[in-house]
Amino acid sequence: MAKTLYDKIWDAHIVSQVGADILLYIDRHLIHEVTTPQAFAGLNDKGRKVRCPEKTVATMDHSISTRSLALDACGPANQLQLQTLLQNCEDHGITLYPVGHQKQGIIHVMAPELGAILPGHTVVCGDSHTATHGAFGALAFGIGTSEVEHVFATQTLRQSKAKNLKVEVKGKLPIGVTAKDIILAIIGELGHAGATGYVIEYCGEAISALSMEERMTICNMSIEGGAKAGLVAPDNTTFEYIKGREKAPQGADWDAAVAYWETLYSDADAQFDRVVTLQAADIKPQVTWGTNPGQVIGVDDAIPAPTDFTDAVTQESASKALKYMALEPGQKLSDIAISHVFIGSCTNSRIEDLRAAASVAQRGNVVENVTAIVVPGSAAVKKQAEAEGLDKIFEAAGFEWRLPGCSMCLGMNDDLLKEGDRCASTSNRNFEGRQGRGARTHLVSPAMAAAAAINGKFTDVRQYEEQV
Amino acid sequence: MTPITVHTGTMVPLDIANIDTDQIIPKQFLTGVTRQGYGKHLFHDWRYLDEHEQVLNPEFNLNKPEYQGASVLITRENFGCGSSREHAPWALMDFGLQVIIAPSFADIFYGNAINNSMLPIRLTDAQMDILFAELAKNDKLMLTVDLNLQLVKCADHEFDFTIAEHHKHNLIKGLDAIGQTLEHADAITEHEKRLADWF
Repeated sequence: MAKTLYDKIWDAHIVSQVGADILLYIDRHLIHEVTTPQAFAGLNDKGRKVRCPEKTVATMDHSISTRSLALDACGPANQLQLQTLLQNCEDHGITLYPVGHQKQGIIHVMAPELGAILPGHTVVCGDSHTATHGAFGALAFGIGTSEVEHVFATQTLRQSKAKNLKVEVKGKLPIGVTAKDIILAIIGELGHAGATGYVIEYCGEAISALSMEERMTICNMSIEGGAKAGLVAPDNTTFEYIKGREKAPQGADWDAAVAYWETLYSDADAQFDRVVTLQAADIKPQVTWGTNPGQVIGVDDAIPAPTDFTDAVTQESASKALKYMALEPGQKLSDIAISHVFIGSCTNSRIEDLRAAASVAQRGNVVENVTAIVVPGSAAVKKQAEAEGLDKIFEAAGFEWRLPGCSMCLGMNDDLLKEGDRCASTSNRNFEGRQGRGARTHLVSPAMAAAAAINGKFTDVRQYEEQV
Repeated sequence: MTPITVHTGTMVPLDIANIDTDQIIPKQFLTGVTRQGYGKHLFHDWRYLDEHEQVLNPEFNLNKPEYQGASVLITRENFGCGSSREHAPWALMDFGLQVIIAPSFADIFYGNAINNSMLPIRLTDAQMDILFAELAKNDKLMLTVDLNLQLVKCADHEFDFTIAEHHKHNLIKGLDAIGQTLEHADAITEHEKRLADWF
């Protein structure tokens, strides 16, 4: 029977049938300081062990400072959590990449850099942006802490199968439009919960043409449409990215691996439960206006009115969002002044993101009264960016250049906004209070964020591209 | 896990769609290393007028006198979206909410709730409208969830709901999911033997 990519990965990981569900084998378990202490405590209470420490990758990312490598830089509670991770990893034989390690970084940035994520893997992490790793053709999804404990103890999860959703992006992407704009446009189309219960496979000419960094940006935000996971079928772009990395297969194993990976695609006649098609040519640089990622418009569209939506619940959500964001229907984005810019997060902090932002940043200076920070996704990204002189470009333009971590995406450290601040952010969530109580977040691409920094308001980056 | 079969309690309404886990429990409260003590921070930004949690927001339903002691939250679609933080169900339960009724839940939240013996119940939009309307008429109205019969009873209404058989079984028996899975240890070992070393 014809199978989708999701079907193939699913079938290859069935350990046993349990009632209407299966036990799904987990190949990679990514962990960090915030969602694991209670899971380790649960194991310890019952005298259980981590079954496969060698399949577990640990780093510190959420609650660390981006100004100092000291574990106590963000206060005693954060410090205790970080030290708890250190102790737990030591007790259970798990390799940890702590703050200051040359391979430390946001878990969803550093794990692929290690070559730890391979096509056909199942990957879980106590973090909803685990969907990132679907870029490799791996089935990757976020889990809660009880499930983290379950994976520690059994290397499996009890799962029921999701439905298959194909999202095809046809044609070539216009100049100045990025992977971030594609995924925001997709979520705008599907709605904030539109993909709940589905695994998305992204495909089509515009997706195949993307680099691995760009595919990670797309898959990362699958959860913002409610999806269980997002996938891109592996191809030569995938294999080239993995080849030679620390944990990648070598020699004869490499050939065996590629031979297997080449079987990982949806069969031509595979059945999807739902298909959504977008034309790449129609996608503009995107900016969110509301308080969920589905509330998004093109940079030259006007802020919508609640009455533009059909059902009562969506209208009510729009009303509430406009009030929180202090926006009026009909307003132009180019008239909206920002106070902060955040370039970073597991969505957009990789080397290509920083290059794109730097190419815009070098055209001007961060305007007065705007604070702009650049937070590389990993120590490796930081090192590479510095080798290319990107840090100097940012600093010369008035951006702050920080240490790697999750930072202002969620503000578990001191990178926080204040009430009324308005931020152009390359992160993934514009929820109320996400970046600070009463703060307003607009999600954009790295180039759009840099353009907002040097203009003080939202600016269509396509104008720069056209000048080139 | 604590076994749960029937739950009866009063309700508190939050007539808002897409309530995300950042809203349920904001990030500054995720630095704990235990599962306890999150209830006082539940819905922090909405519930308090100040960052130090000294001044309650009298407009927020959880603070209103008529809803004190409620153990059932009725709300709208896509409840628990966003972050996978299990601190969300921990905070809801620590506050005293045992049942959440909504038209839909985000996947990860739903699983997290079940794993903590909290009942996430899905009813239709129309049934939710009825619950909101009944509660508006009588704010001390009792609601009963019968997990065995898969029924929600309130005023003169009876609504059936669906729940996966194994979720129902585990909730009623209060079973340890890890213990159950470990009964399949041989199958897990067999699977691991089949894996190529490079994988």
